[in-house]
Amino acid sequence: MSDATTDPRHFRTPPRRPLRLSWSDERVRAIVWQVLVVGVVVAVVWWLVRNTAHNLEVRRIATGFGFLGREAGLPIGEHLIDYSPTDTYARALLVGVLNTLKVAVVGVLLATILGTAIGIARLSRNWLLARLASAYVEVIRDLPLLLQLLFWYTILQGLPGPRQALNPVDGVYLSNRGLKLPWIEWQGAHTAALLALVAGAAGAWLYARWARARQMADGQPRRAWPAAVLLILGLPVAVWAAMGAPWTVDRPTLRGFNFVGGVTMSPEYFALLIGLVTYTAGFIAEIVRAGILAVNLGQWEAAQALGLRHGQVLRLIVMPQALRVIVPPMTSQYLNLTKNSSLAVAIGYQDIVSIANTTLNQTGQAIEGIAIIMAVYLTISLSISAFMNWYNARIALVER
Amino acid sequence: MLGTIRALGAAVLALAGAATALPAAHAQQPAQQSPAANTVEVIRSRGTLVCGVNTGLAGFGAPDAQGRFQGFDVDYCRALAAALLGDAERVRYVPLTAQQRFTALQSGEVDVLYRNTTWSFSRDTSLGFDFPAINFYDGQGFMVKVSTGVQSASELQGATVCVQPGTTTEQNLADWARANNMQIRPVVIERMEEAVGAYIAGRCDVYTTDVSGLASTRAAQGPRSEEHRILPEVISKEPLGPVVRQGDPRFRDIVAWTHFALVAAEELGITRENVERAAQSDPRPEVQRLLGRTGDLGQMVGLPNDWALRAIKAVGNYGEVFERNLGPLGIQRGPNRLWTQGGLQYAPPFR
Repeated sequence: MSDATTDPRHFRTPPRRPLRLSWSDERVRAIVWQVLVVGVVVAVVWWLVRNTAHNLEVRRIATGFGFLGREAGLPIGEHLIDYSPTDTYARALLVGVLNTLKVAVVGVLLATILGTAIGIARLSRNWLLARLASAYVEVIRDLPLLLQLLFWYTILQGLPGPRQALNPVDGVYLSNRGLKLPWIEWQGAHTAALLALVAGAAGAWLYARWARARQMADGQPRRAWPAAVLLILGLPVAVWAAMGAPWTVDRPTLRGFNFVGGVTMSPEYFALLIGLVTYTAGFIAEIVRAGILAVNLGQWEAAQALGLRHGQVLRLIVMPQALRVIVPPMTSQYLNLTKNSSLAVAIGYQDIVSIANTTLNQTGQAIEGIAIIMAVYLTISLSISAFMNWYNARIALVER
Repeated sequence: MLGTIRALGAAVLALAGAATALPAAHAQQPAQQSPAANTVEVIRSRGTLVCGVNTGLAGFGAPDAQGRFQGFDVDYCRALAAALLGDAERVRYVPLTAQQRFTALQSGEVDVLYRNTTWSFSRDTSLGFDFPAINFYDGQGFMVKVSTGVQSASELQGATVCVQPGTTTEQNLADWARANNMQIRPVVIERMEEAVGAYIAGRCDVYTTDVSGLASTRAAQGPRSEEHRILPEVISKEPLGPVVRQGDPRFRDIVAWTHFALVAAEELGITRENVERAAQSDPRPEVQRLLGRTGDLGQMVGLPNDWALRAIKAVGNYGEVFERNLGPLGIQRGPNRLWTQGGLQYAPPFR
C-alpha cells in the first residue's frame, strides 16, 4: 500500500487508529452496512433454494442428477463423437457441448478475419470500398440476430433438393441437405502427418524466435519464412509419403433419399455459422477501426520517416499499439458470439441448449437442465476471458 | 485490516444463523399455499380458467382469422370453464410449444394443459403430473411428399426426418429406427410451424408426428394437400389427454369427469341442441343424474348440480366436439368411437 506507483483512482488508506464501537466511527458503519448487505443476499439465496426444494418435493417432481446415466433415446443429427439414441443423457449433453464449441470456435476465427478485413476496408482511401464497408456495418448491426439467422436458414432451404443438387466442382454437391464434400479415408498416416504439422509449426515458431534473437545480437535480418514453409508443409508431406502416401477419396454419391459418403456441412450449422460470423464481424470491424484510429498519426509519420514500408508500419508500429485498444472489447465480442450460438434452437441446430432443453423436457428436471446450460456457458466464457486476459497482458504496454 | 475482516466474517455468520432460524418457524404450512393445492379456488377467485393449448395445430388448438382459439382441445377448455365458472368464454388461452408446456404447468402458469399431450409412464410418475383422462387415442405416423414415390415406412432407409424436440414422437422415432435397423437423419426444430416449413421446403423427406397432427398439417396445405401422403404405418400408441398438477384430487376429478360427461352425453344421445329439453323431460335416471335434475353428483365435486349440463350446452357431446373440429380435416373417429360402436371411448357410470 505504501507503493508510490499505486493507481491514483484508488483511495488512499486512512491512517490507522483504534476501532471505536460507535456509530460515528466510519469503519464501524462500513462493517455494519456490509454485514447487512451480505446477510440479506445470503438470506434471499437460502430462502430461494429452500423454497424450490420444498415445492419440488410437494409436487413430487424428481430431483438430482441421476438422470444423466439414463438412456437418452433422443436422436441427434450432427455429432462430432459417436452417438446413438441408446447412449446416456450425459453423452447426449456432451455431444451438445461439442456442437456449441464447433460453431463457437470456427465462428470466432472467421468473425475475426472478416471483421478485421471490413474494419480496415472502412478506413480505405478507396471511396467505394469504404462506403460498402460502412453500409455493411450499419445494416448488419441494426438487424436482430435471430432475424438474420432465420433469413440465412430460409435461403439455404431454398436450394434445390438432393436429386437436383448444384454440382460446381466434381464431387462437391450443394443442396437443401447441406454442403457435401469429398473426404479422404482417414488412416494412421494421416494422423501422423497431422502430428508432424503441429511439430513443424512449433519448430517454425522456435526458429523465428532464434532468428529474431540473432538479429538483436548482430543486427543482421534473417528470413524466417523459407525454413517455416519447409517445416510446416514439408515435414507433414514427408511423413505422409514415408508411410506409403495413402490416398483414398470418399466421394459423396446419391443413394436413395440422400448422399452417402464424404463429409456434410448441414444447412442448420451453415446458417448458424454464417449468421453469427457476419453479425459479430460487424461489431469487430468497428473495434478494429477504432483501434487503428486510436494510434496517433505521428506514429505513422515517424515510422515512414524511418523508411519502413507500409506493411511494416502496420505490422511493427501500428498493430501492436492498436491491439491494446482492440483486445479488451474483442473479448466481449467473442463471449457474445459464443452465447448467441444458443439461438441455434430456432433453426434446429442441436447445440447444448437444444439438447439440454429436450433433456429437461423428457426428464421434467428443469432446474438441473438449466444449471447444466449455465455451467457450460460459464465454463466456456471464463475460458475465453482467461485466455484473452492472458493475451492482453502479454501485449500490454510494458512500463519501465 | 485483518481484524476488520475477521469482525465482518463473524457478523455475517451471526446474521446467516438468524436467517436460518427465521423461516424455519413457519415451514410447516406451505403445502396449502402452493398453487397445486386448490386449483378450483384459485380459478374461481381469478374468474378465468388458464388453459395451456397448442401454438397452432388446426383442429386441436389454433387461432382463427379473428385471433380466437378454436379446436378440439380448446372446446375442452370451454367445457371445463362452463362446468367450473358457468361461462365457456371465461378462458385465457396460453399457447405453448412442446418444450414449454410442462414447465408452464409445473410452475402454475397454466391451470391445465389441453395440448395433445401423450400420457406416458415417466411423465405421470416423475414430472409431478396427473393424466385424468384420454380424450383422443392417437398414434405416430409419417408423412411424405407423393413425388418421392414412397408407399410404406419400410422404404425410409436413409431418409431425413423433421421432428419436434421434447416430444414422445422424437423418442418413438429413435426406437423405431433402432428396432427396424434404419438409418434416419433427424432434423430437430422446436416450433411446429418451422418444422413443417422445413419439411415443405424439402429440408426433410419425412415429417413425423401423431397421425391426427399429420392430417391437420396436411389439410392446412389447402389445395396442395394432395401433394402429401400419410403412410399407413402407425408406429406407436399416443393416448392424448388433459394434464393437471399432482396433489389436487378434486380438480383432477373435475377434469376427468368433464370428459366423461361429454362421452356419456353422446352415448345417451344428448346434444348441445337438446340438452335443455332432455334435462326437463328425459325420463332415463342416468340422464337425470348426469344433468343434475336428481341426485347430488355436482356437490360431490364441489360444483353446482348442473355442471355437466353447462359443459354439454357449451360445446356439445364428445361426438359433436369431434365432428365439428376434426371432421373437416378428414380425421376418422377410428378408435375414438364409443365403446358401444367398437371404439375405446368409455365413460364410467354416473351414479
